[in-house]
Amino acid sequence: MNVVAETQARRFALIGTPNSGKTALFNALTGSRQKVANYPGVTVERKSGALRTPSGRVVSLVDLPGTYSLRARSPDEEVTRDVVLGRFVAEPPPDLLLCVADATNLRLALRLVLELKRVGRPLLLVLNMIDIAKRRGVEIDLARLSAELGVPVTTAAAVRRGGTDELLARLDELTAPDGLPAAGAPDWQVPSTGDLRAAQREADRIIKLAVRLPPKPDTLTARLDTVLLHPVFGLIFLLALLFVMFQGVFSWAQPLMQLISGGFDALGGLAGTWLPEGLLLSFIKDGVLAGVGSVLVFLPQILILFLFILLLEDLGYMARAAFLMDRIMGGAGLHGRAFIPLLSSFACAIPGIMATRVIDNPRDRLTTILVAPLMTCSARIPVYTLIISAFVPNKTVLGYLGLQGLVMFGLYAAGIVSALAVSAAAKFFFWRDDPTPPFMLELPDYKLPRPRSVLMGLYMRIKMFLTRAGTTIFSMMVLIWFLASFPRPPAGVTGPAIDYSVAAWLGRVIEPVLAPVGFNWQISVALIPGMAAREVAVAALGTVYAIEGGKEAAQQIGQTLAQHWSLGTALALLVWYIFAPQCASTLAVIKRETGSWRWMAITFGYMLALAYIAAFITYHVAVAFGAG
Amino acid sequence: MKQGEGLLLGHAPRGFRGHIEAIDCGAGYSALPAGELERRLIELGFTEGSSIEILHEGTFGRDPIAVRVNNTTVALRRREAMAIRVV
Repeated sequence: MNVVAETQARRFALIGTPNSGKTALFNALTGSRQKVANYPGVTVERKSGALRTPSGRVVSLVDLPGTYSLRARSPDEEVTRDVVLGRFVAEPPPDLLLCVADATNLRLALRLVLELKRVGRPLLLVLNMIDIAKRRGVEIDLARLSAELGVPVTTAAAVRRGGTDELLARLDELTAPDGLPAAGAPDWQVPSTGDLRAAQREADRIIKLAVRLPPKPDTLTARLDTVLLHPVFGLIFLLALLFVMFQGVFSWAQPLMQLISGGFDALGGLAGTWLPEGLLLSFIKDGVLAGVGSVLVFLPQILILFLFILLLEDLGYMARAAFLMDRIMGGAGLHGRAFIPLLSSFACAIPGIMATRVIDNPRDRLTTILVAPLMTCSARIPVYTLIISAFVPNKTVLGYLGLQGLVMFGLYAAGIVSALAVSAAAKFFFWRDDPTPPFMLELPDYKLPRPRSVLMGLYMRIKMFLTRAGTTIFSMMVLIWFLASFPRPPAGVTGPAIDYSVAAWLGRVIEPVLAPVGFNWQISVALIPGMAAREVAVAALGTVYAIEGGKEAAQQIGQTLAQHWSLGTALALLVWYIFAPQCASTLAVIKRETGSWRWMAITFGYMLALAYIAAFITYHVAVAFGAG
Repeated sequence: MKQGEGLLLGHAPRGFRGHIEAIDCGAGYSALPAGELERRLIELGFTEGSSIEILHEGTFGRDPIAVRVNNTTVALRRREAMAIRVV
């Protein structure tokens, strides 16, 4: 018996066509024992996790990006190919390929299985969503299927409790000593059109032998689509959905946000009773608690937004949205597929820009990356919320629409319109003579999202946000507190202490540049740490004004701003935030994803120019109307 | 293959039902090179003999179209659908 083989964890890889429920299966098998990293040299996410078989053997499982073929057309698919073929230097080829297929839709998956057989690695076909297939009356003769394919077959229902038992039992057998069949000789070559046709014909032949489809296909998806893909009602529904999403982000989150900010206020008060007046208390209260608290307070909004996006993804609506938007986005030089990355950018431009990897055409991908930061990301919400609640009266217009929500909607709309305009301009200036690349997308059947899977996705998002709040944002808050507190004012001075600090000096240096758009030095100071993350500017404003005006001011940043700023300044700052490239991590991701400093510089330059011009116009129009 | 008997899927109206007679990517409607377009169409299940139905079309210019190919629904633009001859 080989001792090494027993102690060393086996490495299995999950591979499958898009929409095969691969990620849900990965979540079900590995639970929260997941790690997300990048492949060396490329920017594709590498999701791996550990799973434990019933007899306790540990397997390391890698989730590969979905693909129809090993013939890679995008960076995502290249990773799938290179892992499967063992082309990564640091990674040996996986010990077993788990090919995941949607049991209700086997046609394209079986073609992929036939292609994977040529790789020579041990292979196991997992018919996922077997529960849905059974309910719909799809009958699959597993023994026949396995015999005809020459590949072992098992079933799973990733989203059901106990749905992976059979698969796990199978994996148990395979991980036993000598449980895996020996790897064959690799014989994979880029398939020709003739090869693909032959493989599809073979797959169709096997389906005819082993699968019996119900006389009537899924009628629910067809019925839903007659409305949701209707040329008129489909678009209206999509717009209504977006509107509900933004209203939800703005109003449903309120109670939770008040709870969080109340909690931090209480903590600050507690610190005041335990610690003596002085530098340490100021650091804890004005630096740490006020800083982290003013960022954490937006967690509920970010959660609601991600909840919408995850639900729509799991439902299968995202591909429909791409279908509905293709022509509209195409008019602006964008690909229908760009809709999904751009929608994700409403949460954060970083996952959005990373999601552009689903766009296989380099030109479309680059355009999408360029405009993604214009979509209103959740980090802008704190800034928008603060200024809107301080300067826009909370009243109802047109009967039932909240004015504050309406302004918020307007800011989102401005982001979308400018993204479309910039991409149209990019198409005109950079790619005028290029032909339009294709749009081809499978529209999956609708599926009811499973709470477990959605919660898992939310959990990963919260973890990411909290890590960011805990590291980047926290260190920036400490830095700005130092800048705003040192050097200390000379003894006997009565004016605000911050006037003597480094921050005031820095703010005054850039103030002349920003004065034409109506910004004072406090805003100029806050914009500096705002480069780390947009929402930090809110905390920074709090710190700047709290330290200037005494400790009670920190609790009511909004009221303080309303006293110190004109409406013109507030509007100019709102407009500045639509465009400004105020996020170092986004710029870093653009550099990484495009592989060039040039595109990062272009993004930074055009956004800064737009921000300055738009804020300038806004401020001067507002002043002309007497709001200066 | 007789000319003129088939209809190009890119010209077919919503509600059209039939099957694929041939894939011919030579006409140059799409921006993709002929061989690449053909491979992608086959990978999405557009093979000779497959049943076809146009389920939906977009709001503007009746484009893109959602097509049922055997048991799968695929969205594509009419210019790429020009490579598919149907009867």
